[in-house]
Amino acid sequence: MAQGAAPHDKYYFTAEKMTVGYDGVPLIENIDIEIAKGEILTLIGPNGAGKSTILKTITKQLSLLGGAVYLNGEDIHKVNQKELAKQIAVMLTERIRPELMTCEDVVGTGRYPYTGSLGLLTEEDEAVVKRTMELVRISELADRDFMAISDGQRQRVMLARAICQEPELMILDEPTSFLDIRYKLEFLNILQEMSRKQGMTVVMSLHELDLAERISDKILCVRGKTIDRFGTPDEVFEPGYIDSLYELTVGSYDASSGRVELPRIEGEPEVFVISGNGTGTSFFRQLQRLSVPFATGILSQNDIDYPVASVLAANVISVPAFTFFGEGELAQARAQIDSCGCVVITLGSEATIPHELNSLLEYAAGIGKQVLSPGEYLAQRAAQA
Amino acid sequence: MSFIILGVLLIVFMILNIVKGSVDVPFSDVIAIFSGGDANEVSRQIVLSMRMPRALAAVLLGGALALSGYLLQTFFHNPLAGPFVLGISSGAKLIVAITMVFFLGFGIKMGSIAMIVAAFIGSMIAMGFVLLISKRVNNMSMLIVAGIMVGYICSAITEFIVTFADDSDIVNLHNWSLGSFSGTTWDNVGVMAVIVIITTIFVFLLSKPISAYQLSETYAANMGVNVKAFRAILVLLSSLLSACVTAFAGPISFVGIAVPQIVKNLFKSSKPLLMIPACFVGGGVFCLLCDLLARIAFAPTELSISTVTAVFGAPVVIAVMLRRRAGKMD
Repeated sequence: MAQGAAPHDKYYFTAEKMTVGYDGVPLIENIDIEIAKGEILTLIGPNGAGKSTILKTITKQLSLLGGAVYLNGEDIHKVNQKELAKQIAVMLTERIRPELMTCEDVVGTGRYPYTGSLGLLTEEDEAVVKRTMELVRISELADRDFMAISDGQRQRVMLARAICQEPELMILDEPTSFLDIRYKLEFLNILQEMSRKQGMTVVMSLHELDLAERISDKILCVRGKTIDRFGTPDEVFEPGYIDSLYELTVGSYDASSGRVELPRIEGEPEVFVISGNGTGTSFFRQLQRLSVPFATGILSQNDIDYPVASVLAANVISVPAFTFFGEGELAQARAQIDSCGCVVITLGSEATIPHELNSLLEYAAGIGKQVLSPGEYLAQRAAQA
Repeated sequence: MSFIILGVLLIVFMILNIVKGSVDVPFSDVIAIFSGGDANEVSRQIVLSMRMPRALAAVLLGGALALSGYLLQTFFHNPLAGPFVLGISSGAKLIVAITMVFFLGFGIKMGSIAMIVAAFIGSMIAMGFVLLISKRVNNMSMLIVAGIMVGYICSAITEFIVTFADDSDIVNLHNWSLGSFSGTTWDNVGVMAVIVIITTIFVFLLSKPISAYQLSETYAANMGVNVKAFRAILVLLSSLLSACVTAFAGPISFVGIAVPQIVKNLFKSSKPLLMIPACFVGGGVFCLLCDLLARIAFAPTELSISTVTAVFGAPVVIAVMLRRRAGKMD
């Protein structure tokens, strides 16, 4: 792509063949990024893949080893640093230890590029600080010493600081790492609002894949050496891709729901679980925690119990979506029941149990297998232990 | 409010420094001397040519030291940094001693400006060493230990030179190398006033980038501070201030660390706009008090100024370290 060509008009922030690394040694080469104004770009990838390195290069903390980065069509390495300060705000993972500064003081430092030669805040600046602290809901922290608040509170103070800078582009490195789920959602909600209403562009790294998928317009997958993928969440979160990006060898990640599961217990199934309609999921996990290999069926593949069953059960007997349970599956299920110690039924009242599954229950009872509810099974296990 | 306290203390100690000494000058005489009335000629001599310049030197150099300490603490993000502990004063002392002995060999006595230039070069050399070390260690206490070692090496070489130099003027050099405000002339006061006041104004104008730098270097850069240039200026200004002190009064310990800490706690703030003037005045007050004690505690024998500053300054350093430790616990 030629420099100064049309794409700069269309995109607010672009990186062309950017090469990043430390001390002149390239870590990731040929990174291409194109995002429009007001879009949210999230960098995902395993620890040590180079997400921070990319962000540090964009903020000019590290020098660019190749290519170029454009903001609004201008090369950021050629723009005056003072001008840039009004356009780009950052939030870093680096911990700051300011002495005797209140949270309000820290937020106020965001106004730095707008203050006069002595750095005094005007009334207008104070108003921006106050408004921002209300927006991030940290007004009650205003007079607290920055060093005396929790890590999570500090992250929110630093977000307020960055917002105070009134940037067009905000760069955040793992901004939510210390936040609990409520504040994570609040935090990302603020970013989303600012990007929608004020056209603020956001580039950040996140470890929370589920949140990344929901908030991002574009996702950049970083895995050593090169960029693995760059695109919309739909393009990136294909089934199985995350497992390969993070080289998941233990457990699994379900891209469609953002659900993570610990690894299944392998081995000859000890329990046959009859479930469906979401009644089985929590019991599957309970068995996983107890280290009990189990089989389950018959599940329709669009049953909401199916995704978890498929990654936790040692054996799942299933039929494709919108098809009936056939004689083949029933035979498989009966064979599996033969080899299991007992049958657990998670479906509550008998009225909701399809007659095929009922026939399996009758079969189990017929050959003398115990048929238990999850509660009964757990009680029995506890008694044995 | 805190400024009023500092201002009152400054005036009180100024008067005490002029009145008190091996010979006490009555306060009425002092007023008479300054209002042009007639006073005892001996008193006039003592006040005008000895105590007055000496007290002014204590204020100016004390302020310069405290400010130099404040700048170094900002630079290294280390509350224990200061020109003395980092070996910068000793570096200045070494180069001054070498040049002094060298010029004495030709029978030339060094002037104020030459002394300052030599001290500045010495400061910069020592600072260079400290900077090299600081790149390799990012532990605060290690940096201080390294600085103290640099200081000891410089002092050892200075002692060596002083011991083997054969001149009667070496006696002066020896006294000077222990640190003292005695023998300050009005000419000296003039030179130091120009340098210290101009440098202090420069430092004050740096308040804004200093406040950004206090957050962190990266945030400062993001806020538009040219960090490289800023760091260089910080080093130059702090070295110039401490060089000026060393040239006129020799190395003085602990003022650079203790005063900014005390002032910070007095003002409950670290804002450079407040801290810079407050450190300066605080340093002046601190040195007036210490010089007063150095002169009158065992009069007519005079203590070296560092003996007194250490007595007051060292406990402050220990307090800071203990508080840091406690802070890490939670």
